[in-house]
Amino acid sequence: MKKIKAGRQPNRSLAGDIGVAIVLIIFGCFFIFPLVYIINGAFKPLDELFVFPPKLFVRNPTTKNISDLFLLMNKMGNITFIRYAFNSLLITVVGTGGHILVASMAAYVLAKYRFPGSATFFKLVTVALMFTGYVLSIPNYLIMTRLGWIDTHLALIIPAFASPMGLFLMKQFMESSIPDVLIEAAKIDGAKEGRIFFRIIMPLVKPAILTLMIFSIQALWNNIGTTYIYTESLKTLPFALRTLASGGIARTGVSSASQLFMMILPVTCFMLAQSNIVETMASSGIKE
Amino acid sequence: MSYANWRRQKQMRRKFLWRDIKSFRTCYAFLAPYAIIFTLFYVVPVIVSIYFGFTYYNVLQPPRFIALQNYINLILVDDIFLTAVKNTFLVAAITGPVGYIAAFLFAWLIHELPKRIRAVAVLVFYAPTISGQAYLVWTLIFAGDSYGYANSWGVELGILEKPILWLNNPQYMLTICIIVILWASLGTGFLSFIAGLNTIPEDQYEAGYVDGIKNRWQELWYITLPNMKSMLMFGAVMAITTAFNTADQTMALCGFPSTDYAARTVVTHLIDYGQTRFEMGYASAIATVLFLCMYLCNRFIQKALSRLGT
Repeated sequence: MKKIKAGRQPNRSLAGDIGVAIVLIIFGCFFIFPLVYIINGAFKPLDELFVFPPKLFVRNPTTKNISDLFLLMNKMGNITFIRYAFNSLLITVVGTGGHILVASMAAYVLAKYRFPGSATFFKLVTVALMFTGYVLSIPNYLIMTRLGWIDTHLALIIPAFASPMGLFLMKQFMESSIPDVLIEAAKIDGAKEGRIFFRIIMPLVKPAILTLMIFSIQALWNNIGTTYIYTESLKTLPFALRTLASGGIARTGVSSASQLFMMILPVTCFMLAQSNIVETMASSGIKE
Repeated sequence: MSYANWRRQKQMRRKFLWRDIKSFRTCYAFLAPYAIIFTLFYVVPVIVSIYFGFTYYNVLQPPRFIALQNYINLILVDDIFLTAVKNTFLVAAITGPVGYIAAFLFAWLIHELPKRIRAVAVLVFYAPTISGQAYLVWTLIFAGDSYGYANSWGVELGILEKPILWLNNPQYMLTICIIVILWASLGTGFLSFIAGLNTIPEDQYEAGYVDGIKNRWQELWYITLPNMKSMLMFGAVMAITTAFNTADQTMALCGFPSTDYAARTVVTHLIDYGQTRFEMGYASAIATVLFLCMYLCNRFIQKALSRLGT
């Protein structure tokens, strides 16, 4: 048998490969537009930001927008920029980590066991996904008040743990990519559930975990969070940057620099996760 | 069946159920953290706001129970709501299916690329989603004055005689919104398809090759699609929720409220009542109606998808 993994796959036509490449390049230009726009915008001097007719690419790149951004950050009263960045980073890291763990644990038992209430609970999760978030803010606020979580980071972190989408994604993944035989074999070998979960299940669904990580980082890093948080020293980075950027036309440059700045972390994590997903060698986990 | 018999059976069943629950205690322990947080921050708020739907609630005074009055007003009195429903269904009917199919198609095409450039390709196609409110770029393209890209190019090339107020003219508004939403539709579903494609066991493709699969289309139909079933289900639910929740883009592009309510959707209507007029009861009623629509649509699509590949 020919090995398919290395080199060209034998059942692929060259014409087809070229066709795929052409289609992707044409549509790619269309989709990458905002990225190009934001990167260019961050380096445009003020006169180029307002030029007519508008130009996409920067002519005389300047780092003034970025230096202005940092200058303004340092002048932001007694709360330093580091503080805002730390808050956002804390929310993002703890929220994402917790979400992955809590959602995967629940997804595992929902995907691989039939126990009283399991089907109903899963249905409830998918249904909850469909209720618009806009009207939930008042009930949520009341619950946070009861718990005494108003004006703490807990109010942003803990609900993120149980985001319905994460559980749904993990459950669908575990259902299709983990054979039951594997779990049974591990049990016969005397492995406990906890060990099975961390040693066998989690490594097998790595692509799903990384994908969930991307979603979670994106949501939490951009979370403005002013609904629950009043104390200035607890506020988040997107809030601080939005305050800076909303200073009228004179701040247009700073605004476009801050857009670029906010994207650095999500895009870096995205690239790391994606290249890891692509490298995953999928196998059914059972080899004779 | 006699009554005594029925009673006994019920008792037996209850006993078995309890034994089941005890034997599955590890499962419940695994589920518990999620279940507690989910109930507290998702289930309870949903139930509370469904209750708000039956009340008059202006956020300042306690809710006053008015039974079905909100729903009656919604259907019989509020004619803007009908516009909103019409727009939402139109947008959802186009962006939902097209976005969903595009997400799968692009994920699959990218998977056909050599490994080294795949991650970059994913980033390119995911760019509209990862760059946050990237759809704001479109407000520059379709800006109504001659500074907008569309107008300046159109006038320069002689297609347009004079600049068009793209985002204020009800004739174009919804179409532009649909284009922008489609452009940004490679989101959650797309990435989960990418991940899903990477978990299809390599040996299945090898086996398929041995069994005489000749080209990529056969491979797609006989191996990839059946293996992706649960991911496709996930993508479908996400596509429905995004399609019915359309609001951010229409608000950013066409303003809020939009000219002649031509770009009003159910969710913008809800935001108008909930956050501008502080009629939380009415807003909750809207949310409940929207929820029911999504639920029915979802049931229908799940049925259709479960037939795939059989």
